[in-house]
Amino acid sequence: MIVSLTDVKSGSKVRVARIKGGLGIRQRLNCLGIHSGDVMLLQKSGFMRGPVLVNIHGNQVALGRGIATKILVEVD
Amino acid sequence: MRITLVGQPNCGKSTIFNHVAGYKAITSNFPGKTVKYSISKMTFQGMTSDIVDLPGSYSMTSFDLAELEARKYLLREKIDVVINVIDASLLGRGLELTLQLLELNLPTVICLNMIDEAEAKGIIIDTDKLSRLLGVPIVTTIAHKGWGLNKLFETAFKVGQKSAKSESLNFSKDVEQVIKDLSEDIKKTDYTEKFNVPHRFLATKLLENDQDFIDEIKKKDTEFIKTVQGYQHQLEQCRDRSSDEVVSSERHHLSMQLYESVVKLSKPKKEIRNYLDSVLMHPVFGYISLVVIMYLFFNFVFYVGAIFEEPLLDFFYQFLPYAEETLGADSLLYHIVSGVVQGLAGGIAIVLPFLFPFLLGLAFLEDTGYLPRVAYLMDTFLHRIGLHGKAIIPLILGYGCTVPAVMATRILESERDRFITSVLTTMIPCAARITIIFGLVAFYLGPKAAIFVFVFNIIVVAIAGKILSNIMPEITPGMILEIPAYHVPSIKILLSKVWLRMKEFIVIAWPLLIIGSVVLSLLKHWNLEGFINQLISPVTLLLGLPVAVGVTLIFGVLRKELSMVMLVQALGVANISTVMSSTQIMTFTIFVLFYVPCVATIAVLIKEIGSKRTLFAIIFTFLIAIILATITRFVY
Repeated sequence: MIVSLTDVKSGSKVRVARIKGGLGIRQRLNCLGIHSGDVMLLQKSGFMRGPVLVNIHGNQVALGRGIATKILVEVD
Repeated sequence: MRITLVGQPNCGKSTIFNHVAGYKAITSNFPGKTVKYSISKMTFQGMTSDIVDLPGSYSMTSFDLAELEARKYLLREKIDVVINVIDASLLGRGLELTLQLLELNLPTVICLNMIDEAEAKGIIIDTDKLSRLLGVPIVTTIAHKGWGLNKLFETAFKVGQKSAKSESLNFSKDVEQVIKDLSEDIKKTDYTEKFNVPHRFLATKLLENDQDFIDEIKKKDTEFIKTVQGYQHQLEQCRDRSSDEVVSSERHHLSMQLYESVVKLSKPKKEIRNYLDSVLMHPVFGYISLVVIMYLFFNFVFYVGAIFEEPLLDFFYQFLPYAEETLGADSLLYHIVSGVVQGLAGGIAIVLPFLFPFLLGLAFLEDTGYLPRVAYLMDTFLHRIGLHGKAIIPLILGYGCTVPAVMATRILESERDRFITSVLTTMIPCAARITIIFGLVAFYLGPKAAIFVFVFNIIVVAIAGKILSNIMPEITPGMILEIPAYHVPSIKILLSKVWLRMKEFIVIAWPLLIIGSVVLSLLKHWNLEGFINQLISPVTLLLGLPVAVGVTLIFGVLRKELSMVMLVQALGVANISTVMSSTQIMTFTIFVLFYVPCVATIAVLIKEIGSKRTLFAIIFTFLIAIILATITRFVY
């Protein structure tokens, strides 16, 4: 099932399916180690429309809500 | 010889730099605190060289101004040896930058820093193997303890003297072929000389759609751009993805392969800090902790400061009656002496007692890695005023000094966000203004009133942010921020950092305080003070302040501390509460809090946002100050 990162529950493991949006956002995410195909752990889903926190390759990254909606992920 | 430190944000470049250069570059535990490069001379085993600390960059494609600065430096300046610093606990990601650096064919040494952190995470690295695979020497270090740094520089000097050039690693065959073909075409042009980069580097960057290179070539040679687009198209066809994605995922896979072939994973150590975030970033407890931490910080500064302020003031003021007796109250010499004493007293008794604990507390929060957590917690609120979480970092730094805070706005991606955040940082009370809040409001009106000022200030900043983002509507690109691991701050580094910031006060502000006080004494002596006060009287009368404070407002533009220190002198009393009512003290503080940034800030604003927008910032903050202070006069 492919959903946006904002629709996933905290604590679930997801695989990045696709990053919507332009070159800019994709490259910035790539820099932090987020590529399509990568597996990451959603540590905290946003509350009060706040950012989400993911763990990718052993590193924590906070993603604003606008960015998180553009990341489509596969949930097991 | 010139040694250049390159690496991803927060990997420890500045810590290494400070180790050999003396504490010159501010280090903290959040990504992106170094926004411009620092250069220093260093001597190592009898050899001297320059060492350059570049801002961190995730990749050689730059997204914010700080990264751009690093890239420009790497491509344009003469470099004898590159030290590529990698946070060993994030080796996989760090290698992606390394692969791009190797493409530059510069003499390179890799420094695997924070090797202890990696081990704590259960990452054991076979450095010999990695060094063979990459074809460059590798040294492991723990920079904040100074461990391994001698060997690092020894190796760097050797590599620099041999000027052994690094070689790039190959991607998958089909992708590599396209890169090769484009490189051949580049060889026929003069672009490698023009941009001063190897052809392979340029080829991969062009395939990645690097805006800088593409725009530069587009200006003159649309034919060549077509050739590039042809190759981009080829890549897209091989992999069914956009060409930039093909290159970046190739690099990612290559890094991951390298990582997997040199790393043995074992069980990570159990540590308390791994559990801290479940409280400090919790939807409810996170905010409660934030308030508690700020409250403790406030009390620490207030109580430490209050212990010293009164006895020190008494100590200095006991000299004045002697001076008056011996020199005569009307003599010029007496006015100069009293000016010097009051300037000294202001610096030592009013400013330092609050400045030191404040800077210490701020340094502590910075080095533990708490600030990025605050950015995470505040993101949702900042969205409501049209900014995003990262903007909180310049705003928090603003509590230290506005100048570096304005420079820190470079970590924001959009120009509009940088402008709005710059204007807002000028309204955050810097250490100088905080000493005014503590020295005047907390001291005379009580700590509760001071907390009120801080809270009120945050509300005003939020409203001002809302107004500015409504004037400039634009959707902010959203926050992408690394949350680094917590670190226990090193006491030595904390004190060095506090000293570096205090030195700025002692060297620049103190002389100004003393000169300012002497000038004021002279103005009084020649009765010119009244003339200036007359000029400012429209403001002072509107705010219901004693006309005598007018002159202090002028001096406050030079250095914010001057307003308060000279207030004592302008009113001619040691205890301000005897001549100013609590309403007047509050009105004065509110006005000084917001009105016109100091000269140093104006200078940095002009550099960062341009003179027109700086003028806007000055008028905007002045209007806010006038309106709020007038309201305070009637309401408080």
